[in-house]
Amino acid sequence: MVLILFVSIWQLSSWVFEIPKWLLPAPSEIWAEAIAGWGNYSHHFISTIKLSLLGLLIGSAVGLIVAVSLHRLPTMREAFYPVIILSQNIPIIVLAPLLVIWFGFGILPKIIIITLVCFFPITIAALDGFRQTSAELMHYMKMAGASNKQIFWKVEWPYALPSIFSGLKIAATYSVMGAVISEWLGAQEGIGVYMTLASSSFRTDRVFVAIFLIMILSLSFFAIISSLEKKIVKWKPKGEGSNHE
Amino acid sequence: MNKLSVKKITKSFEENKVLEELSFHVNEGEFVSILGPSGSGKSTLFHLIGGLYTPDSGDIWMDGERINGQRGSISYTPQSSSLLPWRTVLSNILLGGEIVGQKNEPEALRMIEKAGLKGYEHSYPYELSGGMKQRVAFIRSLLSPQSLICLDEPFSALDEFTRLEMQNWLLSIWEEYKRSILLVTHNIEEALYLSDRIIVLSGKPAKVKKEFIVPFPRPRQESIVLSEEFLQWKKKIYNEL
Repeated sequence: MVLILFVSIWQLSSWVFEIPKWLLPAPSEIWAEAIAGWGNYSHHFISTIKLSLLGLLIGSAVGLIVAVSLHRLPTMREAFYPVIILSQNIPIIVLAPLLVIWFGFGILPKIIIITLVCFFPITIAALDGFRQTSAELMHYMKMAGASNKQIFWKVEWPYALPSIFSGLKIAATYSVMGAVISEWLGAQEGIGVYMTLASSSFRTDRVFVAIFLIMILSLSFFAIISSLEKKIVKWKPKGEGSNHE
Repeated sequence: MNKLSVKKITKSFEENKVLEELSFHVNEGEFVSILGPSGSGKSTLFHLIGGLYTPDSGDIWMDGERINGQRGSISYTPQSSSLLPWRTVLSNILLGGEIVGQKNEPEALRMIEKAGLKGYEHSYPYELSGGMKQRVAFIRSLLSPQSLICLDEPFSALDEFTRLEMQNWLLSIWEEYKRSILLVTHNIEEALYLSDRIIVLSGKPAKVKKEFIVPFPRPRQESIVLSEEFLQWKKKIYNEL
């Protein structure tokens, strides 16, 4: 509803105030360009999908591996937790050119950037999930003589799954951003490239097409992960909060 | 033969002595209750038998084997049912066996039916009532390979009606399977109604204050709860607490 209202106001004001197309194109013009230019940008779009998917996959894997190893080795956790937080303090925009200098223009620096933005929410969410595992359940498992490995796979891992999914959702939206940023630095194709080309030639309508493509991509990643979550985490009472007693 | 025997165990946490020279035993197929005021170290006692802590001194023997600090020797039903919320009733029941690598699904299904939970095999714990959850937790204990079942105030979270129903249910199941049970409770009636023997603990540090052998015949009739004799016993135990 809000969205429809917003777009209508936008469309109306472009008519009423006669805003020049290069400054702010009307939604209808953006829509026309999105349809007419499909041939122009479809390969960019597909390339970005591939890049962000690959980055998200690697980033999630790294995030989970880091979380599990830090969880299993509490001393490592103490040592590395600050490092993980620091890794998020480096502005990607500064880091990206450096990565290009070190690793060239290939896919590697791009994947590193996406991984760097993706792994953090997953690691933090998973670590918190593992740590919040209900003491009662842990207690029961220990009494029953379960090994640490059994405790991890039978209790901590499933317990943390909802948190991990929250982390994944955040990471999924970040991955598209990460992919676009990494494409700005130097790539043959991708929405990032399309965007730079569009803005340097004052094709504001195309910039907006790029923005909407990014949104659509982020939203669909989000939707896919949400539906996965619903399939896997089905032990929760419907319509209730995240806590089970 | 003694199933479990606890010999002069002492346990303190820093300055705080919780158990002092505590000794008792549970025979094969016997139902023993431990009765004590809250905070008398009942949970600590279970943690010691369960092997989560080691006693400062004294020994715990199970089937003639010393099990100080050894986990997995008892099958434990905690106060809250502690069912894994992502597992169905059936796979929760199988958990005890799964940990040691022996699942017995047909037996589990048979037990579920016996416990009056037929039709709920594939339900998740959140769909069950408090009493049903406790039943599931108890069946899980019964199907665990360990032969001594420890119940930690299993009915304390239930309302009075459900509690009575659950006590009868527990008795009927127990009378059939005759497993050794160690029950911790702070409810005198519950201890009297269910057990063969009652061990009364003193306050901190916990020692065995008195031991009662419950004279009521098995199988227990629900009517004894209202009998004069039952009340006399209740008074007697009450005075010890």
